[in-house]
Amino acid sequence: MEQYNGKSIFKGTAIGRILFYSKGQQQVKREKIEDAEAEIKRYEEAKSKAIEQLGALYDKALSEVGEANAAIFEVHQMMLEDDDYNDSIFNIIRNDGVNAEFAVATTGDNFARMFADMDDEYFKARSADVKDISERVIGVLSGRNMDGDLGDEPVIIVAEDLAPSETVQMDKTKLLAFVTRLGSSNSHTAILARTMNIPALIGVDIKEEWDGKMAIVDGKQGVFFVDPDADTLESYFAKRKEEEEARELLLQLKGQPDETKDGKHIHLYANIGSVADVANVLANDAAGIGLFRSEFLYLEKDDYPTEEEQFQVYKTVAQNMAGRKVVIRTLDIGADKQVDYFNMEHEDNPAMGYRAIRICLDRVEIFKTQLRALYRASAFGVISIMFPMIISVKEVQDIKQICAEVRKELDDNGVAYGEVELGIMIETPAAVMISDVLAKEVDFFSIGTNDLTQYTLAIDRQNPKLDNIYDSHHPAVLRMIQMVIENGHAGGCWVGICGELGADTTLTQEFIRMGIDELSVSPTFVLPVRKAIRESSSN
Amino acid sequence: MKEFKYVITDEVGIHARPAGLLVKEAKALASKITMEANGKSADITKLMAVMQLGVKKGTEVVIKAEGDDEDSAIAKIEEFMKANL
Repeated sequence: MEQYNGKSIFKGTAIGRILFYSKGQQQVKREKIEDAEAEIKRYEEAKSKAIEQLGALYDKALSEVGEANAAIFEVHQMMLEDDDYNDSIFNIIRNDGVNAEFAVATTGDNFARMFADMDDEYFKARSADVKDISERVIGVLSGRNMDGDLGDEPVIIVAEDLAPSETVQMDKTKLLAFVTRLGSSNSHTAILARTMNIPALIGVDIKEEWDGKMAIVDGKQGVFFVDPDADTLESYFAKRKEEEEARELLLQLKGQPDETKDGKHIHLYANIGSVADVANVLANDAAGIGLFRSEFLYLEKDDYPTEEEQFQVYKTVAQNMAGRKVVIRTLDIGADKQVDYFNMEHEDNPAMGYRAIRICLDRVEIFKTQLRALYRASAFGVISIMFPMIISVKEVQDIKQICAEVRKELDDNGVAYGEVELGIMIETPAAVMISDVLAKEVDFFSIGTNDLTQYTLAIDRQNPKLDNIYDSHHPAVLRMIQMVIENGHAGGCWVGICGELGADTTLTQEFIRMGIDELSVSPTFVLPVRKAIRESSSN
Repeated sequence: MKEFKYVITDEVGIHARPAGLLVKEAKALASKITMEANGKSADITKLMAVMQLGVKKGTEVVIKAEGDDEDSAIAKIEEFMKANL
């Protein structure tokens, strides 16, 4: 058994035989021609044929991967119509008296190199597009077809690199995974692999002699096994079975309403930690985002993220969710999630320390920067703002005061913003006990069951010695949830759960009976929880 | 001659798709229209040339139009840039 590492493009498991895919390297011969104008005509005809093929590919991609991903073929058509590209081909045919294939290959290489030399990753990656269109025209000229025939058995494609047109042309029922040496996670092929749910690894040191061997692609760990031993195979067969079952569930439940047997609608949302997770939210069919942890914006940086940086991120998420609710939690860091530039002192008990809203209300400028970005982004979708670690009414009143100041500044500068609901996390026993009063101050509650359990039971979750007494179903916690729901409703708030307990399907029926309005869970739990909701009743 | 300046707000810059659409728009206009950015200039009816300007987010570009329909041409391109880039 051999084992190789690669960069994973799509998480998933594939097991099967390797098909080493070589482009049949289109060896282009330089040939002298007599009649340049006839050769140009031959090129023009090949180009029209190539544009026609691209139109057909566009239609195929449109039905398989949607408009946004199909657009690349429209761009390819436009590239083939580019004046500079065509002029270069005409010139080479006329001036050097050579065949069209050679003129296209030379022009393609030149333009590809120009893109490859650019310093931006996105533009660099366009070099593959130029090569792809040139190969296509040469294919037509020399009578070779790029039809993507993979044989009869499903295979794992191992290749130097794959062009988007090759990816789309391949018969998806015969395609288990891609493994390539080249390519970037920004390439269109990578994007297509993700959209089509095909496990894919790039940056693997591939070998032609693998052709026909058994292999496993582990897209979760980014590992590629060639000639796996029996034990490895067995464990991956089990993993693949799990994934297949999950996919089954997905197919059955996608598009189904989040309604109990007696017709009560539950808002089933997803939790995310970065912009990249949005794709997962949509793939799993969540009705919105119930917890967007904004910390990553701060943790990834060496300095405070600017208002503009934050705005772009929130705006992107709001736009991608296209009118569905996005609840964004303001900064929730503390001594356990260290950020150097915050210069925070070491604490013996960070869970109860200087963290989250306590930092925001102390360093108001950091807070205001985030709020301005959030309000500005609210003009582009449905954004709600949620504040963590609340223990008092005074905190909430101070927050609302600061939000009002931010709105006034935006008004004064003529900056647009939308309707924004303000809500709080209920994750301290204090907030639970005064939830009747808090409910009058805000629009919604979201119960953070992880911290609430830790604070209520006085059990440090990081301490493995306490695992045996850590009981997430403890009646104290469940009674608190009941109390928060009742007090929230009495004060006009909707009430949700965004902690791990929300995804515990053994409690879904119980939460619904208590009157919960919203459950927000990791994207992969959305469909299992939908199943549980649909099997529950509200009384 | 008419001109306007514009700062690109699109995350990826002038990438393939909007560049292609921009070229389409420009081809329908009679004026000669150029885009200047990063010290280079390109005829905006030429897709590869426009992409090779390598215009990223935050870059200021200058669009110049010269010809019989330069007033309406510049207005159309400006509208397109604001909506798509």
